[in-house]
Amino acid sequence: MSITRVMTVDGNEAVALVAHRTNEVIAIYPITPSSAMGELCDEWSAHAQCNIWGAIPKVVEMQSEGGAAGAVHGSLQAGALTTTFTASQGLLLFIPNMYKIAGELNAFCMHVAARSVASHALSIFCDHSDVMACRQTGFALLASGSVQEAHDFAAIGQASTLQTRVPFLHFFDGFRTSHEVAKIESVDDDDLRWLIGDEGVEHHRSRGLTPDHPQLRGTAQNPDVFFQAREACNPFYLACPEIVQAQMDRFAERAGRHYRLFDYVGAPDAERVVVLMGSGAQTAQEMVQWLTNRGEKVGVLKVRLYRPFSVSAFAEALPPSVRRLAVLDRTKEPGSIGEPLYLDVVAALRELRDAGNSPFEVDPLVVGGRYGLSSKEFTPAMVKAVLDELHAERPRNHFTVGIVDDVTHTSLSADSELDIEPDDVVRAVFFGLGSDGTVGANKNAIKIIGEETQLQAQGYFVYDSKKSGAMTISHLRFGPRPIDSAYLIRKASFVACHQFAFLERYDVLDYAGHGAVFLLNAPYPPDEVWDALPREVQQTILEKELRLYAIDAYKLADELKLGRRINTLMQTCFFAISGVLPRDEAIAQIKKAIEKSYGAKGHAVVARNFEAVDRALDNLHQVRPPTEITTERERPPIVPAGAPDFVKQVTALMLAGKGDLLPVSAFPVDGTWPVGTSKWEKRNIAQQIPVWDSDLCIQCNKCAMVCPHAAIRAKVFDPKRLDDAPPTYKAVAYRGAEFAGSHYTIQVAPEDCTGCLLCAAVCPAKDKSNPRHKAIDMAPSRPLVEAERENYAFFLDLPQADRTQVKLDIKGSQFFEPLFEYSGACSGCGETPYIKLLTQLFGDRALIANATGCSSIYGGNLPTTPYTTDGDGRGPAWSNSLFEDNAEFGLGFRLALDRHVDRARRLVITLASDIGEGLADELLQDGASGEAEIQAQRRRVDELRLRLAKVQTQEARELEQAADYLVKKSIWLVGGDGWAYDIGFGGLDHVLAMDHDVNMLVLDTEVYSNTGGQQSKATPIGAAAKFAVAGKEISKKDLGLEAMSYGHAYVARVAFGAKDNQTVHAFVEADSFRGPSLIIAYSPCIAHGYDLSRGLEQQKLAVKSGMWPLYRFDPRRVQQGEPPFQLDSGAPKGSVKDYMRNEARFRMVEKIDPKRSKHLQRMAQEDALRRYWVYRKLAGATPPAPEPRGSTTPPPPMKEEGR
Amino acid sequence: MNLSTTYIGLQLPHPLIAGASPLADDMDTVRKLEDAGAAAIVMRSLFEEQLVMEQMASLRHLDAHEDAHSEAQSYFPGPNRFSLGPEEYLDRLRQIKDAVRIPVFGSLNGYTPGGWLDFAKQMQDAGADALELNVYHITTDPDQSADAVEDQTVEMVKAVKAQISIPLAIKLSPFYSALAHFARRLDHAGADGIVIFNRFYEADIDPEELAVTRHLKLSDSGALLMRLRWLAILSEKIDASLAVTGGVHTGLDAIKAVMAGAHAVQMVSALLKHGPQHLERVHSEMEQWLEDHEYESLEQAQGSMNLIRCPEPQGYERANYVDILQSWE
Repeated sequence: MSITRVMTVDGNEAVALVAHRTNEVIAIYPITPSSAMGELCDEWSAHAQCNIWGAIPKVVEMQSEGGAAGAVHGSLQAGALTTTFTASQGLLLFIPNMYKIAGELNAFCMHVAARSVASHALSIFCDHSDVMACRQTGFALLASGSVQEAHDFAAIGQASTLQTRVPFLHFFDGFRTSHEVAKIESVDDDDLRWLIGDEGVEHHRSRGLTPDHPQLRGTAQNPDVFFQAREACNPFYLACPEIVQAQMDRFAERAGRHYRLFDYVGAPDAERVVVLMGSGAQTAQEMVQWLTNRGEKVGVLKVRLYRPFSVSAFAEALPPSVRRLAVLDRTKEPGSIGEPLYLDVVAALRELRDAGNSPFEVDPLVVGGRYGLSSKEFTPAMVKAVLDELHAERPRNHFTVGIVDDVTHTSLSADSELDIEPDDVVRAVFFGLGSDGTVGANKNAIKIIGEETQLQAQGYFVYDSKKSGAMTISHLRFGPRPIDSAYLIRKASFVACHQFAFLERYDVLDYAGHGAVFLLNAPYPPDEVWDALPREVQQTILEKELRLYAIDAYKLADELKLGRRINTLMQTCFFAISGVLPRDEAIAQIKKAIEKSYGAKGHAVVARNFEAVDRALDNLHQVRPPTEITTERERPPIVPAGAPDFVKQVTALMLAGKGDLLPVSAFPVDGTWPVGTSKWEKRNIAQQIPVWDSDLCIQCNKCAMVCPHAAIRAKVFDPKRLDDAPPTYKAVAYRGAEFAGSHYTIQVAPEDCTGCLLCAAVCPAKDKSNPRHKAIDMAPSRPLVEAERENYAFFLDLPQADRTQVKLDIKGSQFFEPLFEYSGACSGCGETPYIKLLTQLFGDRALIANATGCSSIYGGNLPTTPYTTDGDGRGPAWSNSLFEDNAEFGLGFRLALDRHVDRARRLVITLASDIGEGLADELLQDGASGEAEIQAQRRRVDELRLRLAKVQTQEARELEQAADYLVKKSIWLVGGDGWAYDIGFGGLDHVLAMDHDVNMLVLDTEVYSNTGGQQSKATPIGAAAKFAVAGKEISKKDLGLEAMSYGHAYVARVAFGAKDNQTVHAFVEADSFRGPSLIIAYSPCIAHGYDLSRGLEQQKLAVKSGMWPLYRFDPRRVQQGEPPFQLDSGAPKGSVKDYMRNEARFRMVEKIDPKRSKHLQRMAQEDALRRYWVYRKLAGATPPAPEPRGSTTPPPPMKEEGR
Repeated sequence: MNLSTTYIGLQLPHPLIAGASPLADDMDTVRKLEDAGAAAIVMRSLFEEQLVMEQMASLRHLDAHEDAHSEAQSYFPGPNRFSLGPEEYLDRLRQIKDAVRIPVFGSLNGYTPGGWLDFAKQMQDAGADALELNVYHITTDPDQSADAVEDQTVEMVKAVKAQISIPLAIKLSPFYSALAHFARRLDHAGADGIVIFNRFYEADIDPEELAVTRHLKLSDSGALLMRLRWLAILSEKIDASLAVTGGVHTGLDAIKAVMAGAHAVQMVSALLKHGPQHLERVHSEMEQWLEDHEYESLEQAQGSMNLIRCPEPQGYERANYVDILQSWE
């Protein structure tokens, strides 16, 4: 056994560390939760880190997993050692190639962070539905259950595939293993070389296609031979399990950790055994050991090699005494007899018995059950519930565990109070804010303890689904033995709450065990902390006899100019009072870690954090509670009493972090969800909110336009309404011809504002004698919230402006009600203002198909969602299909709607005599899409309904149902640049090449924002992004120009911060255009690396410098003899540097390699000038006007082509 | 003609130095400056404020998004791939040192004592032949006294001197109430030279936008006059060398500065305007003028018109004002 090195890494890194060292080509595509593996490999290759053969692996990011699969397949065929990382939908896109890769017996080991496949909903969390969708491809399936195992099995998988020629899919649980940070022993280069050897590698290479020894693969075979040829691979599969076991044995020789195809743990004479794979097996093992220590005859069978399934190894692994087996699957296959592992076990036992090979004393009874879908907690108590069920005379089959199924009654109940964790394991739970650095600090703490002490360490981090003001919960364990607990901490010995406000919303102390230490960041002096606690918190502290410590970390951070970064302060406090390490040693280690983390960031950051360490200790105080509760103040209800029942009964529990308690019956059966729920979640995350000065205001409505969260709004209304206004409500006479005599208000939604400052930044109205004061100023929210809440409620009750009277410009657009509000998008998000605008202009008649990405997450991630309805109950209908198919999905909306419209129109014709020819004619007029026409048509439809009520025919009923389709709908296909430029480009291009009336909105952040800033084809020259570490050197794809090349599509490029009116015009034109429209919208993003309150300035600079020219291409203009292309921005002015130097994505390149940066800047400058030159030409080009539509005979319908 | 001079202990063939500016940002220009005969090159200032601000901005706006959402642990490649320290500057310094044989001065701007002064040592280690400490700060706090401002600077000088063995020049602004006294304090604190004066970005007002705008205009010879006076006043009153910066555009400007007491003459605006080769022209103009006026060497003129030696010292003093008023009558 060689000397082992200990490291603390997460599962993704543990796997990547092996994969990078044992491959030559890595082709990937980002997808949660596997993205980090590819990113790390790219990092390492960029740093010239070599594999075990001394070569730097080539890492390529493709345009989709389908693309990655093709590249992998090709690379394998050409004889390179190749790997990839993926999950979920990504893995599904691999499947076609997986059949090929297996059919051709390519040695290949891929690594999958298992994740739910989207069904009734998307989920980024873990189950095995993705992996199980591949069990038929011919891949070997190797399951690891912990970070250590993931590291080890990555090596065993790679070694095995080279020996067996069967391709391997090594998988581990997404998040639970991929994101768990644990202390593990590393497999070093020598071990890897020894394990993998040379022979398999040579054979693999020698199978590579080469014209020097040409071969042919990928033939098409016919009925005469295909079948036999398919069976020819059998020997490889038959041999595979034994070879894998041999590799496991070899691995044990070096690493000392011995695995088997099926690892049994438990009583040698066990009668009841659970069978499962993945991280759940670790938890099961913990419970089984606890039970066997208490004399129970139980065991767990951990399945390692699931495919090829070795019946003999399975039989050998189980004790012959087994009488009852519970097989647990982390997937659901509706309609099947049972889930896959269960079926395999049943079949295996049957085969053993039929062949007379059964080693069991009696024929075991087998039941199957499901657990852990979408990372549902799987605890020791649940394992016990399963084992207990096996005691029953007739154990339930096809059960579920971990939920309450009150509909089909499948669920086993588990004892939620059962806690089997030993006392010598320190268990710490931290509640933090996403942006305060809590998780990062905890990762540091694990590193410190893991690498500097003998203790074992484990960290797991739970995030909520919001991108701004998100809560994080860190679960840290430290103990003397390896930590197998693959579940959240239930009874912590240390609880830290880094945000005082959480105490008002969550039952933070539910996690605290008796006598635990409770560390609280409280904005109060120590002697006032106790009285500031809500009653429930005081009660729990007294009941559980918690030791309370408090620090005013925000005040300190402010003094230290650390902003909201309280991580160092809180980490220091943790070490000071948790007793995990001696205090002095801990302080020294924290400082060492600070040097390591921030050293490169600069001296100032290090110095301030050092100061934070010292100051934290001086400002940490133990608060000794009185003997009884001193306040009557209780936690406010999660949602107000006026909320709808569903929100109160379902959403509220989810908001409180108690969604696990909701039973099956609480949910819609098909994933349909009510709209307009974000309004019930008052997050109060802004430290500062805008304050309106009505006298100074010039009533331009720009503040409302730029607000990403619809948290500042404008209204005109009848001044009579002011009689009932709250005392501090502000209004002023409206200065505009269109609503003469009205009053006007700009109102903040104080509890929904995120404090991004954009409204204040855009406000052009300065006080002439004190220009620092503007019509919108930011002010601390706390003293304002109460009054503004009342004002906002009053404001919302005021009627909306008459839509037909509103001018369609930037100002007018903001008198339309936003039907997209209070999303969970980042503070200062540059995408949401466009979506909000879309809903203001067309929301009451819009269908939105949303590609997966940021916009589908802040648009549709529970618990609350932002799309809502107007006073008439109309609003955007929204759905998300996939990442790759959004254009097609949205086109499907159009196709269906057209049929509905057709049907409705036919029925109007049929029923014309019943409803009146006049009305029928009017209804059938092919009206334009202006507000007045829409309203008029709605009134006609109302009239139609009245008249239809008197018609007693089937057609009349049908028309009643279809009548609303007579009002024009607006179909929007929304997504990011990852969708439009990369994975969904084929579809987008195809829809552009058709002639259907759909509008495509590309929220162009120039990277994959949702998965963490990977480059896309929209990434501009000179920007650093993941997979373009040194700065991208290829020009951004000119998607607009490609779209214009068809000639018949409407195309616009917009940037609301640079020219808001042009943006509004583009949206209006796109909607009115009867054909495909494409709007490419510049969207500032946190992945650009600057303070987003400067996002508007950056948009201006992007346009001014020529990096982002504005234009509109409207084919309708040709009819008027004008050029269809209209350039809306001027010639590039100044240097692209003026724009680039403000954003870290460009600045990084300058810092890493100034020479290269200069070169790239020059290229970007040339690009800007070249683009402008092309656009100028276009702007002057008027093609001859075509024949008016309909004057030519339509071409015959296309024939379907074979495939 | 012998134009040689000793400035902050360095023997220079003549006093013309390319002053702190973007000139040294470009390697081509650096080589051209050497070819034009620059006696030394001062690099652009490394700004304390800028470094700290960028570092803190990175902490607050970049790091704040790390580990904040389940789908992305970060939004940028490699957390430690880029550094916001002075490395870029030091690399540039090394590059220039490799490219030219003439002395290269580092330049540091700051106004508070603190960890950033370590950069002085790092500049020395990177090969700087001397260091200019640019005290470029506008005191706006009414609670801060002149003494406090001066004390702070003196402390900084001592702190930097303690770290480095190469010569240290202090570049000052003209806005001190007792500049002569302050200069002597700096002298005593160990400054090897005083450079007068740095030029601030001038604040302007955009009345349309009600915004403050900032400009840095190139100097002209008119800017020299104030500097001549202060050179003359300080010359021979302190042990430290004197350098002028701001307003030297011609050979005659340079001669005047030397006569007033300058040991070195820094040029920026003229070089930015006319290109590096302009330095050569100024050099030959100096030579020509001295020859025409039958000087033996530049040294002969050095300090000849300072407050001590000039024929009418009141010309530099307040009386000057009275004379002019009287002359109107």
